[in-house]
Amino acid sequence: MTGVPVPYRVTRVREETADTVSLTLAPAGPAGLARFWPGQFAMVYAFGVGEIPVSVSRIHRHQLVHTVRSVGAVSAALCALRPGDRVGLRGPFGTGWELVRAAGQGLAAGQDLLVVAGGIGLAPLRPVVLAALAEPRRYGRLNLLVGARTADDLVYADQIRAWSTVHGPLHCAVTVDRPTPAWRGHVGVVTTLLNSAAFDPRHTTACVCGPEVMIRATARDLLHRGLPAHRIRVSLERNVRCATGHCGHCQLGGVLLCRDGPVVGWDRACSLTSVREL
Amino acid sequence: MSSSPATAVLDRNGLDALVEALRAEGRTVVGPTVRDGAVVLDELTAAGQLPFGWGSEVEAGRYRLVPRADGAAFAHTAGPQSWKAFLHPQREKLWSADRAADGRVSFAAERPVRPSYAFLGVRPCDLRAIAVQDNVLTGGYYRDDGYRRRREGAFLIAAECTEPGATCFCVSMGSGPAAEAGFDLALTEIVDDAGHRFLVRVGSAAGEAVLSRVPRRVADEETASTARNAVDAARERMGRSMPPVDLRTLLGGTLEADRWDDVAARCLTCGNCTMVCPTCFCTTTEDVSDLTGDHAERWQRWDSCFDLDFSYLHGGPVRASARSRYRQWLTHKLSTWYDQFGSSGCVGCGRCITWCPVGIDITEEAAALHDELADRLRRQDAEETQR
Ligand code: SF4
Ligand code: SF4
Repeated sequence: MTGVPVPYRVTRVREETADTVSLTLAPAGPAGLARFWPGQFAMVYAFGVGEIPVSVSRIHRHQLVHTVRSVGAVSAALCALRPGDRVGLRGPFGTGWELVRAAGQGLAAGQDLLVVAGGIGLAPLRPVVLAALAEPRRYGRLNLLVGARTADDLVYADQIRAWSTVHGPLHCAVTVDRPTPAWRGHVGVVTTLLNSAAFDPRHTTACVCGPEVMIRATARDLLHRGLPAHRIRVSLERNVRCATGHCGHCQLGGVLLCRDGPVVGWDRACSLTSVREL
Repeated sequence: MSSSPATAVLDRNGLDALVEALRAEGRTVVGPTVRDGAVVLDELTAAGQLPFGWGSEVEAGRYRLVPRADGAAFAHTAGPQSWKAFLHPQREKLWSADRAADGRVSFAAERPVRPSYAFLGVRPCDLRAIAVQDNVLTGGYYRDDGYRRRREGAFLIAAECTEPGATCFCVSMGSGPAAEAGFDLALTEIVDDAGHRFLVRVGSAAGEAVLSRVPRRVADEETASTARNAVDAARERMGRSMPPVDLRTLLGGTLEADRWDDVAARCLTCGNCTMVCPTCFCTTTEDVSDLTGDHAERWQRWDSCFDLDFSYLHGGPVRASARSRYRQWLTHKLSTWYDQFGSSGCVGCGRCITWCPVGIDITEEAAALHDELADRLRRQDAEETQR
């Protein structure tokens, strides 16, 4: 039953930035939700306050991690939760990223993988990075490019640091818009990192999430480099109330984002994001 | 017995008996009745409550009842309500949640009652609208359980249209004035020298069973052909029509048209059109909790794409301008509905025209968009030939 939330218990709260926390959630009863795929989202209910869509930022057996930025009443209530507190979850909802489900199968099979994140847009992409690192042989070269407003706005900073320094199969680069005096890294928008990444545009699948302007700029740049539009996968966001395709809120033209998204190909998303106030 | 056994004729007493038979089955009979100067939909305890002797005069932004000398019951056009008020009610509780002293939380689905409705006098356009909502709310991967329960128990008696109103355009949308499918029984009302009577066609086994309990006579050729002719004549008397083009393509190709500014200057973004539209299904949710804070409920209520909050995302609406909100409504009705649900979202009932306080007319807006597009293409052509 997708209409009624399933109780989950907060097992861990991790402060990512000044306004963002990651909640680790485990089923409070014997049964949890069906397995999530990277890119899918849950409707997370704060008791008595309301419910918002949040992508999974980590899937660990029955446990789910949701990274929430405090921007409204519900997200503020979720950010204030402590271990032991309960939430309600519905899901999994929506389309996921085009990861390789079995060796050699799927859009991204054997392809270079290019993960481009802006701000908290890294949250739904972290499971992509983790899945690719778990089975790097299914892909070509792996790239993670992250942009944030300032170094303090970086989520998963420790993990990123580890990925950046360890010489593993992942090329990881970070840039900030506004450097603090202590910042030693790149400065500028995330597309400026594309030259540093190792990928063959004819054999690459890109996964992009962040503010819509950042998604558009990245997709345009990648098209220019020769990536076919359908291999540029982007995760879009709209208001969601029901997540079951019945409330009409998540419409973006002919797309119902809770059902046909949030992950869509740029072949479809391009025209949808180029009309103002669509 | 020359004509099909599935076709019969009822007189006024037969209509009374039909309502009684449905009520005897335990059904709540809902149909049109006159109240506060309009034909509204409400529970009927007897057929006598139907709007006998009332017609309606409608225009863009205008509606009034007019008495009719012929005493017809189904000579009025669509009123301010539609059947969605019963199948997809304005407010509905979805579930409740309780928090125990130890912090544990439990959720309980609201088990919606399964009403047993009989809708008497469903217009063909509204019959189509019910089919459209069926598809939206129960035709996809997820089903709206409350809707499904109410819908499965509903018995539908169509009333074909012989008196279309000035805002009607069901012919353009292919949804009327004849009732072709989706009913249990279909009535066609006839008032002439031979008397006041109703041709009845059977559309389902349940319809046949109910009809068998009602005094009737076998349909004679004359009554049947009079009924057919009246519906055919109605086809020629539509008050309005859509431009005869592919509306889906038209609306898909006019997102940046100037006409949206023109309509936005008139539109009050009041949302009336969405409330009266029989296919508009959008809802929002309300989360409430009691004073202890340990009992909470989730309610669903109708929402409108004209509401600023509808598209709210991180601190502001995506569709802030009236232009973008009217465009969302019209393109959804006529175009993107196909992408989402495989059909048009408009059935041509004309309610949005009648109940728009400033008389904005969906057919006129579509025609203006078509003219603007045709103009633009002509100019482009001219420029190209000059080059
Ligand atoms: S859009 Fe207007 S004419 Fe079409 S179904 Fe809705 S209310 Fe009726
Ligand atoms: S079109 Fe008319 S009814 Fe609809 S929102 Fe605008 S003013 Fe209100």
